[in-house]
Amino acid sequence: MTAPSACALIQPKEYKSGVKPVWCPGCGDFGVLGSITKALSGLQIRPENAAIISGIGCSSRMPTYLSTYGFHGVHGRALALATGLKVARPDLTVIATGGDGDGFSIGGNHFMHTCRRNPDMTYIVMDNQVYGMTKGQASPTTEPNWEKGKLTPGGTGINPFQPLVIALASGANFIARCSSADSNGTARVIMEAIRHPGFSLVQILSPCVTFRPEQREWKNMLIPAPVVATSDPAQAARRLLTDEGLFTGILYVGNRPAYQPTLEASIDDVAKLDEEFQL
Amino acid sequence: MSRRNLSIALTGSGGSGVMTTGNMLLEAAAEAGWYGFMGRSAGPQIRGGEAAALIRVSSQPIESPDDNFDLVLAIDPGSMGRFVAEIPLRTDSLIISDSEGGRRSSSLPDTPAQLLDLPMKKLAKTVKGGRPNMIALGAIAKVIGLAEASIYSILENMLKSKGPDALKASWACVQAGFAAAQDLPTLKGPPITTGSSRERWSFTGNEAAGLGAVRGGIRFVAAYPITPATEVLEWLAGSLPKVGGVLVQAEDELASINQIIGASFGGKPALTATSGPGLALMTESIGLAVCSEVPVVVLDVMRCGPSTGIATKSEQSDLSIALNGLHGDAPHLVLAPTSVTDCVLTTQWAVHLAETLQTAAIVLSDQSLGQTRAIVNRPADIAFMAKRLVPEQFDEVYNRYAVGVTGVSPMSVPGQAGGQYTADGLEHTVAGAPSSLPGDHLAQLEKRERKITAFEYGQHWAELEGRGSTAVITWGSTTGPVREALMRLRETGEHVRLIAMRLLAPERPEEMAAALDGVEQLLVVEQSHSKQFYRYLRAAYDLPADTRVFNRPGPLPFRPYEIIEQLAEWSAQS
Ligand SMILES: Cc1ncc(C[n+]2csc(CCOP(=O)(O)OP(=O)(O)O)c2C)c(N)n1
Ligand code: SF4
Repeated sequence: MTAPSACALIQPKEYKSGVKPVWCPGCGDFGVLGSITKALSGLQIRPENAAIISGIGCSSRMPTYLSTYGFHGVHGRALALATGLKVARPDLTVIATGGDGDGFSIGGNHFMHTCRRNPDMTYIVMDNQVYGMTKGQASPTTEPNWEKGKLTPGGTGINPFQPLVIALASGANFIARCSSADSNGTARVIMEAIRHPGFSLVQILSPCVTFRPEQREWKNMLIPAPVVATSDPAQAARRLLTDEGLFTGILYVGNRPAYQPTLEASIDDVAKLDEEFQL
Repeated sequence: MSRRNLSIALTGSGGSGVMTTGNMLLEAAAEAGWYGFMGRSAGPQIRGGEAAALIRVSSQPIESPDDNFDLVLAIDPGSMGRFVAEIPLRTDSLIISDSEGGRRSSSLPDTPAQLLDLPMKKLAKTVKGGRPNMIALGAIAKVIGLAEASIYSILENMLKSKGPDALKASWACVQAGFAAAQDLPTLKGPPITTGSSRERWSFTGNEAAGLGAVRGGIRFVAAYPITPATEVLEWLAGSLPKVGGVLVQAEDELASINQIIGASFGGKPALTATSGPGLALMTESIGLAVCSEVPVVVLDVMRCGPSTGIATKSEQSDLSIALNGLHGDAPHLVLAPTSVTDCVLTTQWAVHLAETLQTAAIVLSDQSLGQTRAIVNRPADIAFMAKRLVPEQFDEVYNRYAVGVTGVSPMSVPGQAGGQYTADGLEHTVAGAPSSLPGDHLAQLEKRERKITAFEYGQHWAELEGRGSTAVITWGSTTGPVREALMRLRETGEHVRLIAMRLLAPERPEEMAAALDGVEQLLVVEQSHSKQFYRYLRAAYDLPADTRVFNRPGPLPFRPYEIIEQLAEWSAQS
């Protein structure tokens, strides 16, 4: 892999690995890939100093397509893996990426607890309200009356999960919603998310054109939030509960300090640990 | 007449303080220059259930429970009933109890042993703030020949935080117990040698495993609490920060294992500790570590299974899941310590091997090692350190998963320019790109297998002792009783070999063939109901035609005489 030269600005395309994505033509995730490379370039984070961590799903393929360090782990555990990496290596820029199934269903417990723990990382969820990779089942964010899921032919009949509300209640420090169609706008939000200390959640509505073709319409439905980001959780909760999931932008910016245990040794020799066992 | 060994059980119910008393007794034994250990047995109650401290002291280093107990001190008589199976007695064993000590209707179980009465409760009442367990401590000290004064320094040390009144009351009780035991028979312990030495240590197997981990280079631990592994974590939580490491209490075991994979990917040697239920949850991700070639160590302190089983008691029944529980073809390391002291070496070696071979190592300790506190000789310093092969410079193209000769390929660390790659649980090319091609799959499977099978593990794969055409093969905590049984036989001129396996995976066919050379009769000893170890040996190795198995489930430990009996029965038949 060629390292970008130290003086010239690193261009967005230099963050691409060159591996050809497996995604269907028109998939929203292409746009997200572009936004991530623009954000990394915007912040001039050197590829060797960033790590993109994911689970399993179409969206979770992201790390392979980037020239940074990456980890494509198992389904649902990206946030746990990313937390371990960030705690061990606070110097790195750590970004977790994945889908709504990966993050909110099988990985739901880690989602809540990572919001709570608040490590300094960014979590980008490509929400398409469906399981793309396994060919079109309902996900936690699918609306109850969507009848095309083969395992739930009459619709799920259950209320969708509200990731941003849960994130807020669990203690996430930065909450935003974006559209994959707005490449530059999304890149700007990701830059802010990376810059902001603590755990930043960026939900990107990213159409699955194969199993939810109607989501192509999202680009006309999503609108920038008419208000600025709040740092008042009560106000944020009210807005998130009433905006029908269609307002984009940075919606909440908190000020909790990030979780980062110190890694400074207090003794110079491991052999000193022996002392407590000596008679 | 003094004895080389003494086994003493203390039982009590509901906050009677048997564990504290037992720890004090063990400390006093250490002061007297003795070796020994204290195991613990407890019921399911969180607080206040019956508990037993099972102690053995000796003039020599010891690892095995004896055949039976010489002395039982039942602080309240009803508490002993729960432990009859765990406290075998002879007709000349002594039971000291308090006929007025218990609640209504609590009485001693039927027993062949001699019963002696000591009014511990009444005596404790004569001291302000006095407690029967301290009366018991004084009485035991008298019976086994420890000086009264030697207990004082222990009390002083252990009650430091409780203030002068507590010390005064306890000391008065110890003196009262000592005086009241004047008329009891004595069971004199080993000769007393004074002057404690830094060459002898006191620790539990769980602390020993923690120490081995840190010595080996572990600097990141993530874990979720579970009996009987929690003390490993407690020790690490206090000790890791001193050496610049960190322990994270994770939300569950799925998080623990993935956090340590993340930390290790970032270059920090990482470990988690758990027990059977947690290991079961982790298996998918242990496979991820194997496939993505990220070193991790998983310490499983086994307890009785399946399911929640008996959470507080020991069994060797996670062997099969540790060996075979990963989906797909996922070669990894499985190791097991053979004694409390060996928890240091085996854990440290596991860290070294996992890091050297870039794979997952599962270490199988168990409750009887982990929660036993032992007085031992200082564990030897060994040179096993985490030493990962990290590239120093990069070619135009960095192939993280290059196949190479040894199968171990240089692993870059995030931050190294030019070393970027994506670690992947998907099958991949040498460069790390996802691949579903049969050729890539085969090449990577062979790489991951070869790096661990072709490695030279040296002498530590097993402990081999003795000679003769009969051998006993065992592993883990059952090594203690087997070793003692064979030592006793040796004293009578009978020679039986010991093979105690430390490295259970990968298989070592050549080393095993050499160890079994000339063996005609092989006895397999293991603590599992379904003969997991025996089945594994049958599948992996060429065993003598005359191979038998002596197995039983936990929690009852093997006792040396049982192994001697098995061998005697066998030779009588043939
Ligand atoms: C433990 C486990 N269970 C199930 C699967 C199968 N699986 C792969 S991806 C996926 C769902 C992915 O959905 P989502 O996270 O929404 O991502 P998308 O494909 O829509 O981007 C499932 C169920 C798996 N890989 N691992
Ligand atoms: S199935 Fe859907 S989510 Fe997956 S690549 Fe195709 S369009 Fe994208």
